[in-house]
Amino acid sequence: MNTFQFHSTKTIQLAKDTFTTNENAKFLSGGMTLLPSMKHGLIQPNHLIDLSKIPELQVLEESNEFLTIGAATKHDTVASLPLVQSAISGLAYLASQIGDPQVRMRGTIGGSLANNDPAADYPAAALALKAQIVTDRRVIAADEFFTGFYSTALEEGEVITQIKFSKPIKSAYIKFKQAASGYALAGVFIALYANQEVRVAVTGVASGVFRWEEAERAFLGSEMKPDLQRDDVISDLHAPSAYRINIAQVLFKKAAQQIKNNS
Amino acid sequence: MQLTINGQIKDLAVQDNMLLIEVIRDQLQLTGTHNGCDTTQCGCCTVLMDQVAVKSCTILARQAEGSSIQTIEGLAGSQLHPVQEAFSQEHGLQCGYCTPGMIMSTVYLLQRYPNPTDDQIKEGLAGNICRCTGYVNIIKAVKSAAKKIQEAKV
Repeated sequence: MNTFQFHSTKTIQLAKDTFTTNENAKFLSGGMTLLPSMKHGLIQPNHLIDLSKIPELQVLEESNEFLTIGAATKHDTVASLPLVQSAISGLAYLASQIGDPQVRMRGTIGGSLANNDPAADYPAAALALKAQIVTDRRVIAADEFFTGFYSTALEEGEVITQIKFSKPIKSAYIKFKQAASGYALAGVFIALYANQEVRVAVTGVASGVFRWEEAERAFLGSEMKPDLQRDDVISDLHAPSAYRINIAQVLFKKAAQQIKNNS
Repeated sequence: MQLTINGQIKDLAVQDNMLLIEVIRDQLQLTGTHNGCDTTQCGCCTVLMDQVAVKSCTILARQAEGSSIQTIEGLAGSQLHPVQEAFSQEHGLQCGYCTPGMIMSTVYLLQRYPNPTDDQIKEGLAGNICRCTGYVNIIKAVKSAAKKIQEAKV
């Protein structure tokens, strides 16, 4: 790894100040993507600002409408806390399927969302669950947050502080893991809200997470194999695009059945 | 910076870009923790950090500042730890390279699930790879270790 200066911070303000006063700085959360990227020389920051020990980023709150999770909350915490399991079972299950046990002990929800890997799990939950991404300077709706391949609406130096999920009546997530990495070859999240509002989000299939509107309509009808047509479906050595689409259709059917059977 | 390693408090001078595994192996000379893939996949570098299993190849030493680290060297007292004993008796290893990581993950797994099912064992060890593919005996060893720990408590 290149040499850099490590900054441990205890408040968001201090983290922001450190970012502003140092050139070529990066925020570090769990480091499960950033550190491997640095080992490969893909990113070579001069300063790393550790966010993981900031208490403001560790909150967990439930209200009638929302479940709010601090950005530095680890995957394992989201997976195992009864509060999350009872409020949004699909979200807890999704977190339990990320990486492996050791990775879930380090990786964080804020880090995953900020990175927006096209095959990451959390973006599907955020998009389906109408998440509001709260940052140090504003609130961004999930619909506006994910802007494509590894890119988000975050500005330079903007820090995610909390993620506010709208609690659904029911939710389900099913992913088909890429055998070696455990990332989603395809992953489908369905969230069902009052007044027959259904949101379906897909990860792993295209250049970034997306809402699958044909599937949302299909959920309310009897069609169980909705069309999926996009010009950015991934085709690589792991799976050609037609296979990914087919897997997404199968996962949608399974997730929809899971929600419907569980009424 | 300060680190508690196998119960001993150490004051260490580390460079900011050093990984935890580099401090453990190169500075502290605790070479039981292995560096396998260096890409967060194989789990050979697994140690317990504040009692949870983590991969020391993907943590900066500075991120571990102030924490308590337990490595494979810290398990045995005058006798082998029950998990070590079980891996030995059940032949839960072939070449042995992955074994320190497997054992540390098992110690953590059994804290969480003292009486694990096969699925809980497979899921709990999903972050550890055995290239000899000796998984059948590894699962046997985990079950045997669980039994030993339960019996020791009675």
